[in-house]
Amino acid sequence: MPSITYVHPNGERQTVEVKSGTSVMQAAMAEGISGIVAECGGSAMCATCHVYVDPEFVEHVPDVQEIEDEMLECAASERRESSRLSCQLVVSDEMDGLVVHLPETQV
Amino acid sequence: MVEAKTDSKVPVVDKDPFDLGILADPFDFHEELREAGPVVWLEQYRLWGLGRYENVHATLNDWETFCSSAGVGISNFRKEKPWREPSILLEKDPPEHTRARSIMTKVLSPVAVRKLRSDFETAAEKIVDEVIQRGEFDAATDLAEAFPTKVFPDAVGLTAHEREYLLRYGNIAFNAFGPRNSLFEASMAEAPEVSEWIIDKCRREALSEHGFGAQIFAHADQGEITEHEAGMLVRSLLTAGLDTTVNGIGCALRSLAANPEQWQILRNNPSLVRNVFDETLRYDSPVQTFFRTTTREVEVEGVKLGEGEKVLMFLSAANRDPRRWENPHDFDIQRKATGHVAFGSGIHGCVGQMVARLEAEVLLSALLKRVKTLELTSEPTVKLNNTTRGWAHIPVSVTAA
Ligand code: HEM
Ligand code: FES
Repeated sequence: MPSITYVHPNGERQTVEVKSGTSVMQAAMAEGISGIVAECGGSAMCATCHVYVDPEFVEHVPDVQEIEDEMLECAASERRESSRLSCQLVVSDEMDGLVVHLPETQV
Repeated sequence: MVEAKTDSKVPVVDKDPFDLGILADPFDFHEELREAGPVVWLEQYRLWGLGRYENVHATLNDWETFCSSAGVGISNFRKEKPWREPSILLEKDPPEHTRARSIMTKVLSPVAVRKLRSDFETAAEKIVDEVIQRGEFDAATDLAEAFPTKVFPDAVGLTAHEREYLLRYGNIAFNAFGPRNSLFEASMAEAPEVSEWIIDKCRREALSEHGFGAQIFAHADQGEITEHEAGMLVRSLLTAGLDTTVNGIGCALRSLAANPEQWQILRNNPSLVRNVFDETLRYDSPVQTFFRTTTREVEVEGVKLGEGEKVLMFLSAANRDPRRWENPHDFDIQRKATGHVAFGSGIHGCVGQMVARLEAEVLLSALLKRVKTLELTSEPTVKLNNTTRGWAHIPVSVTAA
């Protein structure tokens, strides 16, 4: 099973193992990782599941689609090149070891 | 018609999910359904039913296998003529769905919705002040209906005044997803008159220059959709956006009035107000069910579903599945309620949910500031519909804070 590491703004790291096909948001919710709100439950409607993909992995994640792109504009923390909605980031075996950074705030 | 299920391993449920008695109080039936198995055969209508969270959630998130373009009601559009022109959002699959959806995502985005807050607050305060002076009132009609009926059509940019047509249209559309029972027939009888009114109000000329409607038409000006499609998207808003929030806010008020200790918890911690709404939607889901149609043969939990078969997803049963929720039948505003499927999930997940959430938050906040106790004075009466759940009357008394 691929693993994902969530890095909190204070530098604390949490690593979890997830089944392929799970989103980075769902994995965080299942593990009770704070820092992701996910108010809309993954319908790309709330922008409260924002993460920054670690530079090392930016190449390895699928591209941002149109609706996600639109919604990232609504995120509460600054949008960067590496910004993603974690609900739209579905984990595959190739993404094993993925590191995502949590933003200062989601709301 | 689907062949009778000969496979004896598949649990068969004989009861009619759209029986008026079950619609009025569905929770025991939902339990029966969940406990019968992950996939059940609903003999009455000869189609599949899903009542467990995991299966409902998975089905909502697999549009390639479980499509919406054959209709999200019991009627199969491939075999029967739809009662109205199908929605270009709700009743479409990608790629057509994506095109309409990305426009609606822009129009109804969190940033767009935030701009409505102060207008909503002013309206909420006025309505709440008025009922508090009376002390006793009907929380269903005087708050849950009055508030969205004022603010939502304004937000869309509707200039017409006969707003009862909107509630009637929502009621018709949601009854029409169900089977041809007495609710369906009554709705179809009034459909021609009400539909004509609605279609007329979806025209560019019938809408104000500000509002969601005008913004949708701006996308037609950009050439992204046709004029007709823009009108269809306005129709989506008018169908899906009013009845649902009226019912949702009513369910919240009823749940709070019936659980006074939860009202006190909320008074002590008003920051729970957004969570109250999610817990309400989980506990008393305003949209109870939606259908999908299989695009291929598929095996679910060891059961073979054929191609082109209807699957009924019980959102409300999933939201009280003990496999997913602790003490699912308790209304607990402090639980983490996000993840419920009351707004659906996946690509069709409610595009208007930020509007719905704002309405609920603003109205409940206005009430919280002014009201110390909120109590039922007699039993609320339920409103029957084939798809939605809501309250016709919620008699309450309040004491001012
Ligand atoms: C508490 C209130 C509401 C509830 C419970 C609710 C529920 C739902 C559900 C369950 C779906 C998914 C349908 C499916 O999967 O087939 C949905 C979709 C939709 N909702 Fe809502 N809704 C609410 C409020 C609103 C509001 C306020 C609007 C408009 C501003 C709206 C507009 C829509 C539209 C246009 C769709 C279709 C989206 C698509 O197919 O991509 N809803 N809603
Ligand atoms: S969970 Fe709402 S946008 Fe990702």
